[in-house]
Amino acid sequence: MYPESFIPLLLALVLSPLLLGIINRTKALFAGRRGPPLLQIYFDLWKLLHKGAVYSRTTTWIFRAGPILGLAAVLTAVTLVPLGNFPALIAFPADFLLFAGLLGLMRFFMVLAALDTGSSFEGMGASREVFFSALAEPALLVALATLARQAGSFSLSTMLGQVSGGHWLHLGPVLALVMIALMIVLLAENARIPVDDPNTHLELTMIHEVMVLDHGGPDFAFIVYGAALKLWLLAALVVGMVVPATGASWLDLALVMGGMFAVAVIVGVVESVMARLRLVMVPQLLVGAGALAAAAFLLGLK
Amino acid sequence: MTWLLFAMAILLLGGMAVLLLSRPDRNVSWLGAGSVVIASVLGCVPVIQVLSGGSVEAVRVPWSVPFGEFFIELDPLTAWFLFPTLLLSALSAIYGAGYLRVWQGRRSLGPVWFFHCLLVLGMMLVLLARNAMLFLFAWELMAVASFFLVTFEHEREAVREAGWIYFVATHLGTAFLLMFFLLTARETGSMDFNVWAEKGIQTRGLADILFLLAIVGFGTKAGFMPFHVWLPEAHPAAPSHVSALMSGVMIKTGIYGLLRSLTFLGLPPLWWGWMLIGIGLTSGVLGVLFALAQHDLKRLLAYHSVENIGIIALGIGVGLLGVSTGSPALIVLGFGGGLLHVLNHALFKGLLFFGAGAVLQGTGTHEIDHLGGLLKRMPWTAATFLIGAVAISGLPPLNGFVSEFLIFLGAFQGGAMLGAAGAVPLLALIAGLALIGGLAAACFTKAFGVVFLGEPRTEHASHTSEAGWAMRLPMLLLAAGCALIGLFAPVVVGALQAVLENTTGLRREVVRENLAAAAGPLALVVVGTVAFLLVLVALVLLRRSLLAGRRVEEGVTWGCGYAQPTARMQYTASSFVQPVTTLFRWLLGTHRQVQRPEGIMPANASLTTETPDLCHGNLYRPGFLKVNWGLSQLRRLQQGQVQLYVLYIAVTLIVLLAWKFR
Repeated sequence: MYPESFIPLLLALVLSPLLLGIINRTKALFAGRRGPPLLQIYFDLWKLLHKGAVYSRTTTWIFRAGPILGLAAVLTAVTLVPLGNFPALIAFPADFLLFAGLLGLMRFFMVLAALDTGSSFEGMGASREVFFSALAEPALLVALATLARQAGSFSLSTMLGQVSGGHWLHLGPVLALVMIALMIVLLAENARIPVDDPNTHLELTMIHEVMVLDHGGPDFAFIVYGAALKLWLLAALVVGMVVPATGASWLDLALVMGGMFAVAVIVGVVESVMARLRLVMVPQLLVGAGALAAAAFLLGLK
Repeated sequence: MTWLLFAMAILLLGGMAVLLLSRPDRNVSWLGAGSVVIASVLGCVPVIQVLSGGSVEAVRVPWSVPFGEFFIELDPLTAWFLFPTLLLSALSAIYGAGYLRVWQGRRSLGPVWFFHCLLVLGMMLVLLARNAMLFLFAWELMAVASFFLVTFEHEREAVREAGWIYFVATHLGTAFLLMFFLLTARETGSMDFNVWAEKGIQTRGLADILFLLAIVGFGTKAGFMPFHVWLPEAHPAAPSHVSALMSGVMIKTGIYGLLRSLTFLGLPPLWWGWMLIGIGLTSGVLGVLFALAQHDLKRLLAYHSVENIGIIALGIGVGLLGVSTGSPALIVLGFGGGLLHVLNHALFKGLLFFGAGAVLQGTGTHEIDHLGGLLKRMPWTAATFLIGAVAISGLPPLNGFVSEFLIFLGAFQGGAMLGAAGAVPLLALIAGLALIGGLAAACFTKAFGVVFLGEPRTEHASHTSEAGWAMRLPMLLLAAGCALIGLFAPVVVGALQAVLENTTGLRREVVRENLAAAAGPLALVVVGTVAFLLVLVALVLLRRSLLAGRRVEEGVTWGCGYAQPTARMQYTASSFVQPVTTLFRWLLGTHRQVQRPEGIMPANASLTTETPDLCHGNLYRPGFLKVNWGLSQLRRLQQGQVQLYVLYIAVTLIVLLAWKFR
């Protein structure tokens, strides 16, 4: 544990809602609108935290526990993910397994909370969520296995730093494939286009948004904040692969923040230029991501 | 060892006494359960001694059976399997005393407790036996006792059929074991396991054949695909405490047998590891897919046993790859993860079957789509079932995560170190295990969500009450066990020291060093868990303080403005898994019967889906029908006429005479 390990933690806690603001701003720009303020998510969170709550009579403690457990899981995951060259607070061999496990725990309880309402609508979202994430999981872990093999290290903090160091020169194709796979996982796990459309609430194509339909007030604030953190963490994985260490920590910081915002802009661009895939096509995209990662692994065997 | 002999004597005497004392049923239950519990407690004493590094103990008594000897030994490998066996035996006896109460007065409970005692005795002997004859005797005892337990409700035809499938499957498996033992005995000239382990099989080809025989023979008991057909039949048919015992520990005797036989077979070639990883992936992925497609709660759990046996096979496969490539890290992580998963699966699968039994008894059905909203009526069962569900999905901070972490860690290390021949199967393992984990989470959100959450879907679910204390206590203890192994993961992993030394033959320091390398990350996982729990408490307090003094109302679930929702409109188990079953329909072969709504005012519309077993329908049924046809041809010889039989005898004698004087 290093003093600078607190930087990723603090930045994630403070800046993660900003990424969603940047995505929305990018989309507005493409559509020729002015769009919401960059800080809109912060305003939303503030408003939600000051509201009361309405619960369905069907629900039980599971429904109330879901958002809390989910946020606690993702907050714990924040301590495991480095940001560029700033190591994570907790780093150990195969820490990414705990990271993936915590995201899985978050999902498990969000899904149960959705089923707790007894609404077929939320059941539908829950069903798709577990299905798509089950297909995204192999892609994520195979991508990380490829990185681990190339870096010869098993902890996110050292792995990402070593890969971005000099490997791009002679392992460009391998790392590019891994990055594409991770980017697809990022889009799928965060319910973005082309897997899910975060804009509409009431269409039968929905996944994440429909699952949280019955949540309100502080519970919903926890969910929104948790989702922002999850996006931040997966973006940090992608950025960590690219941003090289310069030696000067202020420059590192500037580079990595630039990378994070760039990922948000890319997500916004993807969302502006693409339509959401038909649901039956999504498995092909996710299996494709897994296949890309596996191809990267095999390319790197030599 | 005296303790163990005492325990076995108590089981034998308790079983006899239960048969003699046929009335009243209440006392029968307490006597039967009491003897199992006492025997288990006594048996645990030497087991814990051996696991904590005590010396290996043995007893040899001559036995009049040809080639037989009553030779039992308690070494760390046996002790590691004996511990969950004794634990779950005791808990399932307590649970059974409560579970069988509804049968009191309707059926004599003597036989069921007699066979329960015999099953526990059989499992103990299987694990302890060091003589091939004794082993086979114990193996049969276990099979027959469990057959009679499975057919407890023999007046139902489905139960009888399940019983027969189990009986045939287990004996086919035993046939392969007989071959295995005969070939090994001929090669080594002994029936003694310790001699086998010492000499080892030196002939390469023979060792390969023996390995395959062991895979089929022991794999049938363990439930490797495609030898798993009896599990989804027998587990739902048996009373729930028996399902827990069979699925939690009895199938693990197959894993034990495989590990024990690996100690006889010398250095494994690379393809053994490939093969076990292949079997593990097939069992794991297909097991969880078929589990997803089931509507029967206990059948779903049975398929999850296939999946978890697959995960254990993956661990052993990593270990074997480690042995072949000479990397101690892989050996320790692979075998260690597999062995730990044996214990973990016993805990959470026992817990889940107990929960399923409580639901069955409370509602009278294990049809998932008839249930719903049980959390409000059965809060204890629901909470413990939830813990089991999180654990079996391999999620932190519970025990399932710990063993899968070890196997994953082994695969990642091997994937980074080894050449293509070792790295490729490990890559498949990583992808497969990740998929298994994701699908298991899907399956258990379905099982828990549809059974315990939402609104009751039928009358079955709306009039239930919580299970009694005799049933609740074992569930609570097992749930606590799942949490404790998660919280004390580094300590538990340290307990693998003795058994790994014993099984792998690695030196003490090597095992210790590699275990420490695994315990280090796990200690930080525990740090993460503690952080998670602290954050959780903080968030609970935060939410409470935010909502204090504000308006918290209750209403109906938001139905997009529709104000008259009914319970039948909820998502069902089959609709929840529809995306998966559609994607894998070429594999699952789900039968759909659809009656579409027709006309302007549609009256009746229905959809039923059923997913029969892949191998049962496509492999075994046609195969056995062929065998049946072939054997029926012989019936022409048997006309029931005595004159004809006398003629056969005469002809045979003439042929023999002719052969003699040729």
